[in-house]
Amino acid sequence: MLKTFKGGIHPPYNKNLTNFKPIEKAILPKKVIIPMGMHIGAPCEPLVKVGDTVKKGQKIGEAKGFVSVPAHASISGKVTAVEPRPWPGGGLMMSVVIESDGKDELFEGVKPSKSLSDLSPDEIKNLIREAGITGLGGAGFPTQVKLSPPPEKSVDTIIVNAAECEPYITADHRLLLERPDDVVLGLEAIMKATGVKRSFIGIENNKLDAVESIQKVVQGKEGIEVVILATKYPQGGEKQLIKAVTGREVPSGGLPMDVGVIVNNTGTCAAIANVLKTGLPLIERITTVTGSGIREPKNLLIRIGTPLIDIIEQCGGFKGRPGKVLMGGPMMGLAQSQLEAPAIKGTSGLLVLEKADVRLYEPSPCIRCARCVDVCPINLLPTTLAKFAEKNMWVEAESYHAMDCIECGCCSFVCPAHIPLTQHIRIAKSHIIALRKKK
Amino acid sequence: MDEYRLITTSSPHLHSGESISRIMFSVAIALLLPTFAGIYFFGFRALSLVIITSLAAVLTEAIFQKLRNKPITIADGSALVTGMLLALNLPPGLPYWMAVVGAVVAISLGKQIYGGLGANPFNPALIGRVFLMITFTTPMTTWINPIDGMTGATPLSLMKMEGISTDYTKLLLGNSGGSLGETSALLIIIGGLYLIYKGYVDWTIPASYLGSVALFVAILGQDPVFHLLSGGLMLGAFFMATDMVTTPLSKFGKVIFGIGAGVFTVLIRVYGGYPEGVSFSILLMNAFTPLINRFTVPKIYGEVKAR
Repeated sequence: MLKTFKGGIHPPYNKNLTNFKPIEKAILPKKVIIPMGMHIGAPCEPLVKVGDTVKKGQKIGEAKGFVSVPAHASISGKVTAVEPRPWPGGGLMMSVVIESDGKDELFEGVKPSKSLSDLSPDEIKNLIREAGITGLGGAGFPTQVKLSPPPEKSVDTIIVNAAECEPYITADHRLLLERPDDVVLGLEAIMKATGVKRSFIGIENNKLDAVESIQKVVQGKEGIEVVILATKYPQGGEKQLIKAVTGREVPSGGLPMDVGVIVNNTGTCAAIANVLKTGLPLIERITTVTGSGIREPKNLLIRIGTPLIDIIEQCGGFKGRPGKVLMGGPMMGLAQSQLEAPAIKGTSGLLVLEKADVRLYEPSPCIRCARCVDVCPINLLPTTLAKFAEKNMWVEAESYHAMDCIECGCCSFVCPAHIPLTQHIRIAKSHIIALRKKK
Repeated sequence: MDEYRLITTSSPHLHSGESISRIMFSVAIALLLPTFAGIYFFGFRALSLVIITSLAAVLTEAIFQKLRNKPITIADGSALVTGMLLALNLPPGLPYWMAVVGAVVAISLGKQIYGGLGANPFNPALIGRVFLMITFTTPMTTWINPIDGMTGATPLSLMKMEGISTDYTKLLLGNSGGSLGETSALLIIIGGLYLIYKGYVDWTIPASYLGSVALFVAILGQDPVFHLLSGGLMLGAFFMATDMVTTPLSKFGKVIFGIGAGVFTVLIRVYGGYPEGVSFSILLMNAFTPLINRFTVPKIYGEVKAR
């Protein structure tokens, strides 16, 4: 039996648009927009002003506080604006705009680090923080913070999240095929930084070539095991992954470290390896540009800050009329309204759905078929929560565990009445948080 | 970039393609099997009764919604299913006008009065049937024999009144007296399995319902196979106790529902005034459904202690 979790769905995956395409280096953007808050936590403070020249890899935003990471210039050139700009998270975000000088000059301070065996755990964590590394799966939690659990938590397991359960997205898949040694080097750095001796790399069984690729690198290395997981959405949800791999359940309201686990994304591991090998901070990432509305779907290695429209144009532009442009996959991706917004550290994919493929539904009454209940990976009662949300019954929603919802979207996906259950629960969560703050 | 007028709805951006009308019409297709059995054994009368009852149900829904200035939703197929189910639960010789009254009551008092689809606490078809049962008791308990069309008794009343059992093969195929669509256990089971396969019926309800009937009947010293195959049990267990709107949400809740319906059915069959208790027991458990839901909220992921 393959390892997995309870509930979940089997959406159409559509990964065959890009899973056979090697990672392609994007052309140097003419302009990048670097938002100061690409991570969860305090946004950073700009270190440059209009007119400054910057080089690739230079720090341009200083982290403010513990849960924060610095931001770096992803190209060389001149700072033309330091102002709030549209960003993929919605609304405006303080950003540094850099106009390229076309030279792509490397900042003098960027040098390969000592080899991993000579680095102390604290040095590794510091490198990770200074390189601005956040989780590359999408949420963007500062990696170094994850690797620094309070002393009373005994972490004994590291999991590399290589499930890549979002339909369409193949960035991690290609990374595992093309740079498996980087993923493993990053994992070894994490193990050394945390002093954890046991680790797993979890991959869904629809990527057996990736399993084979990583297996070759892992062979003979102590404490690293590849785990083949059932292909089911949301297998790559942190809690679902932990349950599948270790059998442990993260307590409600808690963190993975509460059950002794730290989970890191495949791309995050490769980014750590990149810092060790080149000294370059996190200024580029692999993004799967795909969907029915894209002429040439690709896995692109892009500079952070590249405007979304530039990325789309490099992939042959739109095919037909675009209906939705999503940052991320179709299950959890964020619909974009402004294409001059930049790709950020968490941009694992850029999915364009043609207008004809975007269907909007009028919800009809709930018939209590309980499909949402059957698929919920958290075992919530989505229909009940949605009814509470519709009636502004936030206290009741909280008592039915609304805050445990991971917003994976399975309930909305299966609902025959087309009720936007996930959205209702999301609204309930924001009200519950507001109520908690008031107290 | 406004030129593109990009759509920005909340995630997820994919849908399974499932819809209420697809579910309802699948149920209607599955119901055709016992309907065919009824037509085979009871002839044209059965066919016309099903058509008239279904039409009456759909029309009642349309008129009711029109009067209330609500959107008319007969295309979702739910009124059709109610009409068919009601017809399958009627004696084949029932006067047409009584069947129409039943359909009007089922849709208006059983469903629309609560706010329509999804809001009704009781199975509408059973509301219609029980209304007819109490109002027109004699025609509702006048049974005709299959093929020859003579009045006779159902296997359950033969058993209750005279202690005579009926041949299993007859019960399985449907060659016995009873409601229009309840006699052929075999075709009902095939229809039910089709819906389970399609994912429109949760197997836990028929399993727990039929299982508990067999068990309690056996405890009371009667023949479980006879009880499973006769009366409205199969039709009830596969098509009425599984009505999504009026049954519990969680698997455990569904099991409680099934067992409860089983216990009530056996109590009525063995000790009650009526020979059959399926309709009453399902309605009773419908009434318990909100309570069952309240006490069977599933344990969520992470309801554990931190290490």
